[in-house]
Order: sequence, then C-alpha cells, then structure tokens
Amino acid sequence: MSAGTRTQLQPVGIAGVSLGQAERPVGAEEAPALAPNAQLSCIGRSAPRINGHAKVTGSATYTVDVTLPGMLHARILRSPHPHARILSLDTGAAEREPGVRAVHVIEHPIGRAIEIAGPGEAGPARRQLRYVGDPIAAVAAVTAHAAQAALERIRIEYQPLPFVIDIEAARQSDAPPVFDRPVRTEVFGGPAAQLPQHGNVHGPDTSASRGDAAAALSAAEILIEGEFHTQVQTHCCLEPHALLADWRDEGLTVYMSTQFTAGIRAELATALGLPLSRVRVVVDAMGGGFGSKSRIGNDVLAAVALSRKAHAPVRLVLDRHEEQIDSGNRPATVQHIRAGARRDGTLTAVAIEAYGTAGVALGAGVGNFAQSIYDCPNFSLAQSDVFIHAGPGCAMRAPGNVPGAFAYEQIIDELAERLALDPLELRERIDSSPVRREERRIGAERFRWSRRLAPGGGQGALKRGLGMAQSHWPALVHTNCACEVRILRDGSVEVRSSVQDIGTGVGTVLAQVVAEELGLSPGDIVVRIGDTDFPAGPPSYGSRTTASLTPPARNAACLALRKLIAAIAPTLGTTPEGLTLRNGRISSSDGLHSIGFREAAGRLRTEQIGAVASRCDDYGGFGHRMGDFAFARNGLGGVQFAEVTVDTETGRVRVERVLAVHDCGRPINPRQIESQVHGGILQGISYALFEQRILDAPTGHMLNPNLEQYRILRSRETPAIEVHVLENYQGTSATDAYGIAEPSIIATAPAIANAVYNAIGVRVRTLPMTPAVILEALGRLPHRS
Amino acid sequence: MDAFEWMSPQDIEQAARAATTTVAAAMVRDSGEPAAGDALLKAGGIDLLDLMKEGLLKPRRLIHLRNIAGLDRIEGAEGGLRIGPNVTLSQLASHAEVRMRFRALAQAAGASASPQIRHLATLGGNLLQRPRCWYLRSRAHHCTRKGGDRCFAFGGENQYHAIFDHKGCAIVHPSTCATALIAFGARLEITGPRGARRAPSVEEFLLLPEADLHRENTLEPGEIVTAIVLPAPAQATRSLHIKQCETESFDWPLADVAVVLDLESGVCRKAAVVLGAAAPAPHRARAAEAALTGKRIEEPVIRVAARAALQGAAPLAKNGYKLPIFETLLRRALLAATEG
Repeated sequence: MSAGTRTQLQPVGIAGVSLGQAERPVGAEEAPALAPNAQLSCIGRSAPRINGHAKVTGSATYTVDVTLPGMLHARILRSPHPHARILSLDTGAAEREPGVRAVHVIEHPIGRAIEIAGPGEAGPARRQLRYVGDPIAAVAAVTAHAAQAALERIRIEYQPLPFVIDIEAARQSDAPPVFDRPVRTEVFGGPAAQLPQHGNVHGPDTSASRGDAAAALSAAEILIEGEFHTQVQTHCCLEPHALLADWRDEGLTVYMSTQFTAGIRAELATALGLPLSRVRVVVDAMGGGFGSKSRIGNDVLAAVALSRKAHAPVRLVLDRHEEQIDSGNRPATVQHIRAGARRDGTLTAVAIEAYGTAGVALGAGVGNFAQSIYDCPNFSLAQSDVFIHAGPGCAMRAPGNVPGAFAYEQIIDELAERLALDPLELRERIDSSPVRREERRIGAERFRWSRRLAPGGGQGALKRGLGMAQSHWPALVHTNCACEVRILRDGSVEVRSSVQDIGTGVGTVLAQVVAEELGLSPGDIVVRIGDTDFPAGPPSYGSRTTASLTPPARNAACLALRKLIAAIAPTLGTTPEGLTLRNGRISSSDGLHSIGFREAAGRLRTEQIGAVASRCDDYGGFGHRMGDFAFARNGLGGVQFAEVTVDTETGRVRVERVLAVHDCGRPINPRQIESQVHGGILQGISYALFEQRILDAPTGHMLNPNLEQYRILRSRETPAIEVHVLENYQGTSATDAYGIAEPSIIATAPAIANAVYNAIGVRVRTLPMTPAVILEALGRLPHRS
Repeated sequence: MDAFEWMSPQDIEQAARAATTTVAAAMVRDSGEPAAGDALLKAGGIDLLDLMKEGLLKPRRLIHLRNIAGLDRIEGAEGGLRIGPNVTLSQLASHAEVRMRFRALAQAAGASASPQIRHLATLGGNLLQRPRCWYLRSRAHHCTRKGGDRCFAFGGENQYHAIFDHKGCAIVHPSTCATALIAFGARLEITGPRGARRAPSVEEFLLLPEADLHRENTLEPGEIVTAIVLPAPAQATRSLHIKQCETESFDWPLADVAVVLDLESGVCRKAAVVLGAAAPAPHRARAAEAALTGKRIEEPVIRVAARAALQGAAPLAKNGYKLPIFETLLRRALLAATEG
C-alpha cells in the first residue's frame, strides 16, 4: 500500500439481500465510510428538487430567457439540396440589409466525418453541401426577423449533385459517394483506428471480436438467426439548442443550453485559440439534451464569430425544424445476428454483422451490449458505418446499446422458446450478474410473470402479451471533476461546481450529499452550478454525473468541516483531534466541549472557509480508463417487464404496463431516480412504437421535421410504470453512487418486442412497430397485383 | 413569419368585403415564394398560423371572425340543429343535444387534436383547414395542389395518403368532423361578398382532385361559412364515429369512419357510411350503405358491408395497411352503433 492511503470497511452488497462489509484501500483525504442509506438522514431520501418550484411556476431561467444589452439575433442559412457544390456565394446584399450587423460564412463545418486531405493537397476549394439543412452561413441582426430576411438575400449558385439517402442504396458500389476521400474521426479519448472505406461503407470494425465464432456456430447444437432494422430517432429536447455568445476584449462568455459547460469551454478555447481562463460558459435551467447538447456545433461557432464581428452579444436559437434536421439523431441500424447455443442454453457463439447510418457522421454502431451482457467464448462483431446524404447522428441516450439490445434480447427470447425454457430461466443460466439475478427475482414476483401464456395464446382480436428484457451499461466516471464546498461565517453553506442540471436534478443530489456530511438539511445548502467560474464538474452524459461528482462533493464537505473544526477548536480551549460533528453539534468525545454548527461558523476569523476536492479513482481502481473518463469495474444492470395488448385486426400496439428494476450503486434521491427511469421508459416506448425520421428519397428532405408528423409518445400512450431500485453497495467511492439515465432506456424496446411476440406469436424485427408493420407481420396486408 | 395587420370586423359583410382571396388560392403559385399582400379570413387560426409559420402563406392582413356576434351558437332548426361556424370543437363535443342526437359528430369533434386545440379550434375552421399532406406543407415541394406539376406522394412517402379518388393528388381530407357531417347529410350556409347566399350540402361543398386540384372545397374569395345545419335525424337513428391514429393523443387518423343508421326494430331503413382519411374528400361508401339497407344489422351483414366499403380502393405503395384497418373500424362501428 502506497503512502497516504489507508484501508477502511465499506458497506458492500445488496440491501436486504447480501449486505455486508468489505475492506477497501482509500486515499488519506477521503471521507470515512458512509453507512448504508437506512442509517442516513439526507442521502437515500427523496428531497424535493431545488428548482422544481421555479420550473413549474415558469420563473426558472432557461438560456432563451437570458438577455444582454445590445443583444443581436442570429439565424442560419441551410442547404436546400441534399448534395451540392457551392459555385459562388455573395453575402453583399445581405450585409447591406437594414438591421444586419454581421454575416459569417461557415467554411469548415464540424460535427461530422471530415475528409482527410492527401499529402500536399489543400482541402477542396469549394464547400460541398452534404444534406438538406447543412449550414452555410449565419446572419446577426437587430431582430430574428431581420436576420431571417437577410438570409434570403445571400446569393448562392449551387451545382446540385447526385445523392443517396437510403441505406441499402448507399451501400451499392455505384451509389453517389458522400465523401470522395477517406474520413477521419475521433472518439472520446483519442482517434479511432483507421478503418477501410469503400464507397459509402466505412468499416467493418471488428475490434470487439474474440474466439472463433464461425467454427463454433457451425458446431452449435442450436442456431438462432434474425435480421433487425431500427430507425432514426431524433432527440426532441423540449428546450431547443440555444446560446448567447458575448465576445469581449477581456474574454468570451457563452450562455448556452449544454450538457457539459466545462467541455464546451475547453472546445471553444481550442477552436478559438483562447486560454481556458478567458472563456466562460454558463447555463441555468435546461429542458433536456439526451446527448445532443454535448459538444460545440456549427451553431455555436457561428454565433461566437458573429459576436466577435459585430462587437455585440449574439443570440442563436434553433427552431423545431432545425432541431429535427440538424441537431443530431440516433442512427439507424441493420443487424444480422446468429447465435449458437448448447441444449442447456449455454451460449457458444454469437456473430453479428451490423451496419448503420449516422448520415454524414460516423458512430452508427450497436454498442457493447451483445459483447458484454452474457458470457460467450466466441464472439464476432463486424460493424460498418454507411454514409448517406442526411444530417449527422450523434450520441443519444445509451447510444449503440438501444438498437443493440432491441435485437439481441429478442434473439435470447427466441433461444429460450426454442429450448422450451422460460426467458427468466435461460437468463439464470447465461447471465452471471448477481445484481440482475436479484432484479429478475423482484420483477418476476411483482409483475406476476407466472401468468404469462404461450405465444399467441390469447383469445379474440385483442391479444395480451408479457415480455421482459435486460439492460447492460458501463458504469462511467469522469475523473476531471471537482467540487467546492464553502462554509460562511453565518453558518450558510455553498456547494459549487460547473456541473449543469439538464433536468436530472444533480443540484438537489449535491445538496443532499453536503447536508448529510454537515448535519444539515438539503434546504440549508445553496447550490451554485452551471458556470465554469466554479470548479470544473463532469458532463451530464454517459450516466456519469452523480458517480463522478458526489464523491468529491462529500470529500469537500468533509474537508471544509475539518477546517472549521481546526479553526474553532482553540476557541473551545481544545484541540481538533477529538472533535466531531454529531447531531448538528461539534462535540468532543468526552462530552466536555460542544458547539452548534452555526455558532461554530460564527467564530471563524474570515468570512468563509472552504475546500475543493476532485474525483479520485474508484477504491480498488477502475476497469479501464480513457483520458478524462473511466469505466468502473462493475457495469450497471436493470431488468424491465412489459405488458402489451395488440389489436390483431388494426395492428395497434398498446403498452399497458412496464415494471422496471434497476441498480445505480447507492441511490441518493429515490424520487429523482424514479423520474429518470420513467423518462427512459417513455422514450423507449416512443422509440419502439412511434418515432421515426422519414426522409423523402426523391428529394432528400425530411418530411416530418416537427413534433406533429414526427410521432412521439404523449400522455395517452403513457402506461402504468412501476420502478424498483436496488441499493447495491460496492464500496468503491465516498458515495458509492452510479448512474441511471441510460440503463433505464435500454431494455424497454426489447421488452415490448418480446411482449408483442408473446401476444401474437409473430416476431417483429422492425422499429417502430406501427400498425403497418404489425399488420404486415401478421400477413394481413392486401395482396398487391 | 412576417408581420401582418389584424382586423376584427363586427359583421359578416365587413369581413367578406375585406377578404381578398381564400387560403387555398393564396397558396397556389407558379413557383418560389407565396404571394404577399393577401387579406385572409381567420377563425380559430390553428391551421392558418401553422401555414404562416411554415412560410406557405404570407398574408398582409388577417380578418378575425371570432368577434362577429351570433356565429358561436348551437340552436334548434326545423327539428335539427344549426351550428355557428365559430362554435369550438370542445363546445360541440360537450353539447348535450349534439351528444344525444348526433353522437358521431360529438365523438369526431371530441377526439380531434388536443384539449388545448379543441378549446380554440372552430367547426368552420376544422372544415376548411388545408390537408396535412407533408408535401403540401413543405416549402421545398412544389406540388400540384400548390400549382406545381406533380404529386410527390406517387413514388414518395405515401403511407398516410389516400386509397380512393387520388387522381392527380393523393391528399386525404383532414377533417374528421366532415366525415360525421356528411354521414348526417349536413348542409352549409354560405354568405358571399355581396350578400349572396347559397346552401350546399357538405358533400357537394367538398371537392375531389378531379374537380379541382388546387382546393378541397367550393369556397370562393369573400365567401364565409355562416352556419352548419344538421337536418332532423329519424327517430331511431344510431350513429357512431371511430378512428385510429398511430398515437391516441394529438394525432391525425390513419382511418376514421362515421356511420348513421336509421333502425326500425333492428332493420336498417337507411344507412350512411363515410370513410375519413381515405380520400381527398370524405368517402361515401355507397356499396356498404346498399349492403345494409333493408337488412337486419347482424354480424354477417356487417361483415359484408365492411368489405363492400372498400370496393374500388386503390392503395398506393405504402398505404395498403389502411384497408384492414378501415374494414375493422367499420365492422366495429356498425356493431357498436347497433348495440348502443
């Protein structure tokens, strides 16, 4: 054991099942082991959301509510063509329009695959537009209307080029290429390996393969095979992408709806050649991100450039049409899966051939679901990106694993049926996770799984079905993550971090953790977040915010308290060593000295004391680490059960009930966790049944770029939802908390698909499961002549 | 959206004089931008505002009809009902007599759109709204209905389009209230710009593409629908409207059906069967009506009628699924109408 570490006993195991203790090596600065939730007063309780009242009364400040004196409004000119070369572009007339203050031409768009210029080759001389909505230029004017009017005065001569928007057509060797050269891309943590690129097909990436799947498949006792098609889903954040860029000589301030203030600051500093210290990113209330507000985009760079040119703050808000065509999306996939097993259910081989399309971007993979969730010695995965002339995909809530689980959990369901095993029994045999085992047990009992009939076994036109599926997602931690706790002389307490609350309630969680440590109530803690002037916090993506930030918040509170004790011990006529905080009082173990927290703070010599703590490694280390983020040793589970009715005469699927059992380490705010799980399930149902980007093959335009014809789940499609969350202690950090946002969506669509199969006895391998898809699966479409 | 003037006339004549054109005519153009400078009539404004926000209309002036007295009443007329065009869908859906005697209309109105929209949307506006066809509503698609030379639904994304009467244009009529109104044999009262009056039936009022590609009805510039008149139904009339959408909340139907049956001790003396979301105007299924008339309404007769309703259907590449849905809805509507 290295210097500066100690060992301590931590709670480990599932509360009510296997709770015990285990010894863990911890750093010297770490707070003492935290007791299980049952013994705590703030953590593990459903504290009300600190900004809940402001949100429901309309007083919360969203980015669009921020105004600055002299503020201008920007709008973006977008390509009307799915593929065209710009032959000439003249902004003169637009610049002379009344009210126009600046025009910016977007020459090097980001947020997509970028062609690699050959040696000695300058980039292409002329900008090529690769999808309808591809941003061309931006105008800042005194009103949004004037900016919009000026866009129409930008004169552009286009040379339309052949295009392809259908993934199958794009794979053909004679398809119009989206890119003429190989493209480079980057993934978080570094550049991706260079992959082959032929025409529009980039890949395959086979790096996840292991063993010899082909040989094992040909020797398999049981073979299950299926091809699955998933659609493009858009993020549909209720709050659109919005920012207000304020470029000044002393530095840049950007008010922005973002999932990662600190990351945006770093990206802006790099892009603009500014020191980090000259860039500030601020966000207050947010209406969702789901992955689409993780990074800077062309809109951000354009608004900053306009502010710089116009010497004025510039506001840019995307409208719903722009949101739908150019703010990212969940890529479409086609997955061909073959699974081999022994007659006892043991998986012997899995081979997946997948291709998907993220439009002009990369990243249409199927995640790590199939390769991780069940043991299987021989696994082959060949996944390729197919470029089409459509808006770039980006991360969306559990990227890859959502389409991946839709396919793979149906294959497992099919395997269970072939073996005449209950799907739960098959998973008992192939799933080594003790956490999911407990989740299945709880779920089966509360869902009354035993009433499930044989597939298609119901009477009448309306068939009822039960299905289940499992979730797997890595437990992620952002290590570049810090938090400050300040104790002020009047006894008030502040917690400060640049972390943003995208709607999940992280501010409330911080207040709970700090209050627990200081013997206060969450309402006593002032939460200051969403500003890079505070210590850099984690992103709100990858389900890692709580896991990353609550340990340093607790450690900072603990350190601040130690400083307070050290500062006031002399005033009590004692030394700090024997003083601890108990029941809101700082007392000596012998009971001779005792002082209330507030009174103690009043004895500070200075206005405040505080401490900053940053995220240390998980106790015992991480599984592995890539740059600023790391994978915890254990992943996150989750099991969901769905009950559906299918009208076999109209094709209508209705989800009646979903029961979800999840784990996220130590739960900190059960109601907020439940709210996250509800959100995941609703988004998952919407993905399974309704949502779909529809592109028009002859013209390349999205036909449903709104929230009307882009069908999405609303109130009457909302089923009864029950959520159960395990307390799963692992003893790996000062709070032992992990994430929930992404695990909660992964199992929903496959659970519904398995329930649909159970209802009608026909497997539906295409999303969304609209009446047309169901009727076709049932063979009820009229024969066409 | 561009700035526009707001005019709120007190009487119909003033409003009629102020209107320069109809919404449908204002959307017809050779190419490029819609004409600016029109003065357009506006009731609830639900559809008009959508069209303006999408850049499909750029009116100079909106003529607000909601302050004209007397257009928001439901009153008895010769044993039937006379409904003002400003009556909202929620008023219609909750009106006791409409619910009792014209149930299919109350059902159609009450299941439209969302509660918020039903509180604002008027029956007149519902009848006159433009179709939801995504090609019509896309500025990028200069389709036949807007004066272009092709219907993009043929060879395009036609899953929500017509299965009947789609010669030259495959829109479906957007009004589910119209489906019910035609089943009840409703007439309109229309006042023209110089006080001229006419009273076409809703069925006559609504046009198929073969009659006019550019508009869904015979409304002329300056004409205002001043009443929707429901004739007295026979004593033993049973009616029902049902629909199926992809989502139950706030969605347009994939299929909707209205049936109005005049039943005399279980025997159908007269039947009206109308399919909505099936054709550019609500589709009167005359073969189904014939199959029901004079018959005792029982399961086998219902099955024959439901199948007959789809005679002559010509589904497009992606909307064949509508056929089994229509057949099912109709079967269920007839069964439920007879039982209830």
